[in-house]
Amino acid sequence: MMSALLPGAPAASGSAPSRRRADPSARLRRRRSLVGLAYAAPAALVVVLLFAVPLLLSVWMSLNDWPLIGEPSFNAPANYQAIAGNDLFLSSIAFTLKYTVVVTILYFVTALGLALLVQQSRPGVGLLRTAFFLPAVVGLASASLLFYALYNNEFGPVDDVLRALGLVEGDVDFLGQPDNAFASTVVMVTWRFAGFNMLILLTGLQAISPDVYEAARMDGASWWQTLRSITLPLLRPTIALMLILSVTGSLLAFEPFYVLTAGGPSNSTVTMVMAMFREAFTLFDLGTAAALALVLLVVLVVLNVLQFWLVKRGDD
Amino acid sequence: MTVLSAGRARGAEAPHPARPGRGARIRSATYYGTTSALAVLFLSPLVWSLFSSVHGPRASGGAGGYGVDNYRRLIEYGEGLAVYAVNSTVISVLTVAGTLVVTVLGGYAFARFQFPGKDLLFLGALAILMIPHPTILIPLYEILRTVGLQNSLVGVALVMVMFQLPFSLFMMRNAFESVPRELEEAALLDGCTSLTALLRILLRAVTPAMITVGLFAFLASWNEFIAPLIFLSEGSKFTLPVALVSLRSGELGAIDLGALQAGIVVTAIPCLLLFLLLQRYYVRGFTAGAVRG
Repeated sequence: MMSALLPGAPAASGSAPSRRRADPSARLRRRRSLVGLAYAAPAALVVVLLFAVPLLLSVWMSLNDWPLIGEPSFNAPANYQAIAGNDLFLSSIAFTLKYTVVVTILYFVTALGLALLVQQSRPGVGLLRTAFFLPAVVGLASASLLFYALYNNEFGPVDDVLRALGLVEGDVDFLGQPDNAFASTVVMVTWRFAGFNMLILLTGLQAISPDVYEAARMDGASWWQTLRSITLPLLRPTIALMLILSVTGSLLAFEPFYVLTAGGPSNSTVTMVMAMFREAFTLFDLGTAAALALVLLVVLVVLNVLQFWLVKRGDD
Repeated sequence: MTVLSAGRARGAEAPHPARPGRGARIRSATYYGTTSALAVLFLSPLVWSLFSSVHGPRASGGAGGYGVDNYRRLIEYGEGLAVYAVNSTVISVLTVAGTLVVTVLGGYAFARFQFPGKDLLFLGALAILMIPHPTILIPLYEILRTVGLQNSLVGVALVMVMFQLPFSLFMMRNAFESVPRELEEAALLDGCTSLTALLRILLRAVTPAMITVGLFAFLASWNEFIAPLIFLSEGSKFTLPVALVSLRSGELGAIDLGALQAGIVVTAIPCLLLFLLLQRYYVRGFTAGAVRG
């Protein structure tokens, strides 16, 4: 690869007679393009070998009966037909959608609230931003484990605090009952992602010129009017980005439920990615798992394109 | 909680540009009251984790009060804490180094050279952003198995480099583009090759971007859960998050919540420290669009 960097490397000058006659600047350009190719080669290898090839392989796997151990055999379209009878996956769709809607609304409300609170620079505001953001630095798996312990009746303090506040009586089964398990997980991810989403909105808020606010103040606009007719409209592209990230992230949720509820009780909190994971590594059926993955992939790509299109259309 | 009350005091002591009136003082008190309460709410789970890892009967050997027994049991858990910490470190170091090598060279190529397939490569990297990560792990599992990288820390690191590529490549390309061309042209006239110009002159100019890229690569790979869960099959290869989740599911005996807290603290502290230290590089990356990755 590096030979292309040396002046007068044979590959660049000696291969074709016609090129020898070309003017020197063209030869130089050609050599420079080979050098550029050499620098880009590692990135190209990563994209091809670790991304493009796996993507194509997943299409091929989804057309085969592909056990974890043993020889694959072509069986298309059996893996796709089997999706219609895969009760765990089908029920995981409804559950994942419900989760996505609930957390996206919560993410937006908490992130906007926090971002507005720390929007202006004033003493100590940097520390506040850091405090709100710190949960996002902890890994999602660690955060889920932390809340698993917090929710534990003997070990964790959450039930004691709720009892002291008079909100509950007796022991609370935070994770052993479907609605509670759902709510407990939603609280955990809201804590984990509020600061992260706040920072996204904050980058948008800080791009709004102070002059605009000043003008609104001169016109006697109230706080609420300023928020509704200035901040939110100007923040729209950033809000759209936050919502897209929240929707795609939530549709792909794995760690919170895998760690906190393990999909229970009685499979009531199994997400789509968990169903796919179970197909592959509990039932050892990689072909069906690949088919599920591709369905998920197509849905998410379509959704991404649709959201971008909606945002763009709204701009016109 | 100490973190926050210290912060609050510092905030209150900061000099005001002008003496505020009475109404402004009340508003200010309300503001700091509300926001401090919220900050306590957000920090309290982290503080509780640290506290409960050193406090309670399991931490102090039955007597109550403080002790490090949770950490003692954690050190001996499974294959041993050291094994898991080393595995996590190896994956993170390989991911950071691999990401930096690939995207510094690639960013240089994108910023300074015209080469065949440039647009295609750009689209390919962009496509990594569009494709949901978990869906590509199943074919990657087969590929790593075929090339003998199953149950391998290197295999996990390679996958992490791929996940980091889009953001890091764009970050490095933008960094190189903002370096004035005169800087390297002088070096090239002095007889430097493009590679020595890169190593001797340009690297220093793009160091801030490299820190951002490295920080994101570290946080992502240190905290990654699903890829090591799928690719690593032996306990001796587990990373900290995977080992802690198997502790929580009680795979090696009863669930030991005290040791689990100690494990969360050990896992979270490197991330918290690095973030606090390099916060402004993190925010830079965030503004540049890291969140899409």
